[in-house]
Amino acid sequence: MSTKTHVTCIINGDETDFLTEDGESLLNALRDEVGLTGAKEGCGTGDCGACSIIMNGDLTASCLVFAPEAQCSTIVTVEGLADGDHLHPLQQCFLEGAALQCGVCTPGFLVASKVLLDRNPNPDDTEIRYALAGNLCRCTGYDKIVRAVKEAAVQLRENGKVQA
Amino acid sequence: MTFNPGGLPVKYFSPSTIEEAVELLSSGPNRRVFAGATDVVPQMRSGRPAPDGLIDLKGIERLISVTDTGSMWVIGAAAPTVRLTSNPAFVASFPGLAEASGLIGSDQVQSRSSLGGNLCNSSPAADSVPALFANRARAVIASGAGTRTIAVQDVPTGPGRTSLAPGEFIIEFEIDRPTTNSGDAYFRLTPRTEMDIAVVGAGARVDLDGAGTISSATLALGAVAPTVVRVPDAEAALLGAALTNGAPSDDVLAAVAAAASAACNPIDDKRGTIKYRRHVAGVLARRSILAAIARASAA
Ligand SMILES: Cc1cc2nc3c(=O)[nH]c(=O)nc-3n(C[C@H](O)[C@H](O)[C@H](O)COP(=O)(O)OP(=O)(O)OC[C@H]3O[C@@H](n4cnc5c(N)ncnc54)[C@H](O)[C@@H]3O)c2cc1C
Ligand code: FES
Ligand code: FES
Repeated sequence: MSTKTHVTCIINGDETDFLTEDGESLLNALRDEVGLTGAKEGCGTGDCGACSIIMNGDLTASCLVFAPEAQCSTIVTVEGLADGDHLHPLQQCFLEGAALQCGVCTPGFLVASKVLLDRNPNPDDTEIRYALAGNLCRCTGYDKIVRAVKEAAVQLRENGKVQA
Repeated sequence: MTFNPGGLPVKYFSPSTIEEAVELLSSGPNRRVFAGATDVVPQMRSGRPAPDGLIDLKGIERLISVTDTGSMWVIGAAAPTVRLTSNPAFVASFPGLAEASGLIGSDQVQSRSSLGGNLCNSSPAADSVPALFANRARAVIASGAGTRTIAVQDVPTGPGRTSLAPGEFIIEFEIDRPTTNSGDAYFRLTPRTEMDIAVVGAGARVDLDGAGTISSATLALGAVAPTVVRVPDAEAALLGAALTNGAPSDDVLAAVAAAASAACNPIDDKRGTIKYRRHVAGVLARRSILAAIARASAA
């Protein structure tokens, strides 16, 4: 079990490779081997969404994925949302709307919200709450998060910038 | 082990054919197949002994395919449930099974959770299983001896236990396309609207003949016994029942509810008492049958 597996994949648009142990979670590999520490481990059992990433187009809890499963996959993490120094409208709206306190849950909410807005550019409150049901926040409360997502949706529609 | 921030002590295998998977499964002392790992990983993290090797079924094309052959739907046992809920043709064919599959966890879980895993984890509360029972789904099983096909309802034998022999795994599920007007439905009761485990679940399927009478009805209940259970007495009460204003008579519906309550052998736990579960089983049985009839009538 000490033999390492070599994994090659595309992360945030860049071809990336890393070495990992078989039973390692993709979350740990992203954080410790690739150096992308945006995704967090809140629970390690699929309940909290802090480890959310987009894997092959689907919102995924990276704590439930074995790192070798990432071979040949395409991954987007929260680090892939901003355009250089220019924050994604979701990030800007979370900041301006005070939709975070400790911030541990925030990367997961941002990634889940991006998946939602890519699919549905004009969600209502109920749709937002259902789409974010897999993300838990223990400090901010959900109202500010829902409002920030709505505001970002408005901005993205105005900019015509909702990307696939 | 209570919490393991590092890796789990398992070997990972990713076969691309069924033959390779069969071979890998039998070539180690303690090997297991997995699809989404949404049951396997939380169980290992909470201290369940890890197998020495885990065989990922998602690299095998047939196990992640979802196809309509014209006479039946064939659902790969390892296909993530989001592939069902986002397939309009599948949702139109089996809205109840699609809804039941879509209740498993969050979107983060849906991209991983499979029907094979939901069935073989064998939780009495597994949401897709009553809907699979109700639609009389079959499981195609692989092993070194070739393949065999059995009714899905013959797979679970108790909490966490199945009738599969060591070395066997499920390739796919087959569900016949209805030949008459038919509808299915699944209802569950949970304290929260999302991310919760069923207190009771009820899956129903109703077929109508040309005259609008019930030609076949199937009812299955989850979370009320050690496995998901069929309710033959309710099915018998519905068979041949005529519909008035889209519903069977009150007597028939009362018999359905009574049979569902009687079929329960539930536990008392923090989610519900025995008495409450029995009562809710009757209520949900009735509602799921009425919803299935409404869909069959509109089909
Ligand atoms: C946060 C969270 C919420 C959840 N909510 C729900 C819920 O609301 N309702 C619900 O029903 N479940 C729920 N679950 C449980 C779980 O997601 C489902 O049971 C899921 O369908 C399991 O599928 P999987 O592919 O991830 O299974 P895996 O974990 O991959 O496998 C589960 C078991 O089945 C076996 N297995 C898998 N595939 C096969 C096969 N093809 N042949 C033979 N054996 C096989 C494995 O060896 C293992 O024992 C939840 C889980 C999480 C983490
Ligand atoms: S850390 Fe993955 S869901 Fe909580
Ligand atoms: S901001 Fe602290 S958990 Fe959400």
